[in-house]
Amino acid sequence: MGVSKEETARIAELARLSLDEAELARAQGDLSEIVSYVNKIADLNTDGVAPTVQPCTVSNAWREDVALPSLSREEALANAPDRQGEFLRVPSIIQGEGDGE
Amino acid sequence: MMQDYEVVVGIEVHVELATESKVFCGCRTAFGAEPNTQTCPVCLGMPGALPVLNRRALEYAIRTALALNCSIADRTKFDRKNYFYPDLPKGYQISQYDLPIGSNGYIYVDVEGEAKRIRIKRVHLEEETAKLMHAGDDIISATHSLLDFNRAGIPLVEIVSEADMRSADEARAYLSKLRSILLAMGVSDCKMEEGSMRCEANISVMPRGSKEFGTLVELKNIASFRAVHRAIQYEAARQIEVVSSGGAVARETRHWDDARGETAFMRGKEEAHDYRYFPDPDLGPIVIEKPWVDRIGDEMPELPDAKGERYMREWDLPKYDASQIADSRDLSEFFEKTCAIVGDGREVAKWILGEVLASLNATGIELSESKLTPELLAELIELVQTGKISGKIAKSVFEEVFNEGKRPGDIVRNRGLLQISDVGELVSIVEKVIDANPGPVADYHAGKTRALGFLVGQVMKETRGRANPQETNRILKEELDRRA
Ligand SMILES: [Zn+2]
Repeated sequence: MGVSKEETARIAELARLSLDEAELARAQGDLSEIVSYVNKIADLNTDGVAPTVQPCTVSNAWREDVALPSLSREEALANAPDRQGEFLRVPSIIQGEGDGE
Repeated sequence: MMQDYEVVVGIEVHVELATESKVFCGCRTAFGAEPNTQTCPVCLGMPGALPVLNRRALEYAIRTALALNCSIADRTKFDRKNYFYPDLPKGYQISQYDLPIGSNGYIYVDVEGEAKRIRIKRVHLEEETAKLMHAGDDIISATHSLLDFNRAGIPLVEIVSEADMRSADEARAYLSKLRSILLAMGVSDCKMEEGSMRCEANISVMPRGSKEFGTLVELKNIASFRAVHRAIQYEAARQIEVVSSGGAVARETRHWDDARGETAFMRGKEEAHDYRYFPDPDLGPIVIEKPWVDRIGDEMPELPDAKGERYMREWDLPKYDASQIADSRDLSEFFEKTCAIVGDGREVAKWILGEVLASLNATGIELSESKLTPELLAELIELVQTGKISGKIAKSVFEEVFNEGKRPGDIVRNRGLLQISDVGELVSIVEKVIDANPGPVADYHAGKTRALGFLVGQVMKETRGRANPQETNRILKEELDRRA
């Protein structure tokens, strides 16, 4: 099962990767190979098997609602590439503004 | 032109759940903490950090879904919603896609005195994003944005309605009913001004009577109940204008600008997100056992509708009054506490919906912030019931009780407002009034009964409103008849 050039370009765009023609062609080849390899699983007969999204058989692994200590602000922002006072700072982004959904 | 079209509205609401800790880590959720002091590797999206579900967040989500009459999924899971935005440190939001906790619910909303059923499509649990602030005058001129990750990871419930509302009024009524239910459930503080309750609306218009919905526009950035109403009215009018002048509404997302009072283009269909949901491998499946759901249902606080019906039954309140009190957690708590002391629900309701609400509106404060307590209101009502003061005097005393928290009994004593019910004293005042007003007395004797009202007024004037009104009436009539 192949992945088309258009699909490859779309995937690159979603991943915010800018690929030139050569890179795009290589990625298309790699992706096609990966997808057909993984696709072998589709040959299995899954009649009567409940949809499984995870190999993990443990369900309801949860914790009680107890607050634990947090990092200090200095620790939290230690690796931030840019900051302003108490905040982490990023270049302003207009597209998708107000999204936070 | 407006009346040739019908507005179709669906609403998506996000509410932050009132848990102690975040949904997938142990950080606190307190509002107003110093920026970036409630974070950890999980909610900062550090590589290798693993989320663990907060059980109470799930329980609150189930309680919410039950209160909205939803079916509860017996198996569910969490999915990753992928998109790039700085408020999302991991590059995805943990949410729920095809197996929401609750689905197919409904609530009843008061529409012009009729109960209208608004269907709830789904209720799911997800994580809140970080708070993003734009440095600079506005989003266009800002060169940078600032991030506070305290908010990232607070449990969030998304409630999606069907497109069942047909006006801005209905949308506002739906939101306020939803809010009163969530407040009664104790799952969220629902403060729109603090962002713990947010709303988005889907709006379309169609010719009246049509079965086919028009092209839908998504409306974002609606930050208050008033804004919901204005935004929908504006957007509906805009779409009707487009359609009736032969144009076509574009499928797009628009931004409500509250200061300008208009909606503005934000993004088109082509730029719509492609979220590529897939199950989050970091979180195992969730099995919601029936006995647990039953227990959550049994322990659930009383819903506003049930409370209103109880008030109608117990105190014989009119439906409108009962639901007005029951829909507000503050008012209903106050009402019940006052009734427990004074035992006259109708009278208590009259005060709460009258003087109390009027004073709250005039001062713009919440009941909990006022100096009025159930004990003080009960004392005031008792003064009237026992004939110590008239209803009119009680109203004049109320303001001082409300503003200063003084005991009504003390005010009445200090200001000499005790009602005069002593027959001897009243008779002498009545005689004085009759002697001083021969004209009206003659009118009364000539059959003009309206003159009686004037004479009662004179007695009240003489006693600064303290004369017992029933006694005054009786004695006046007797005295007048005797002199006829
Ligand atoms: Zn955390």
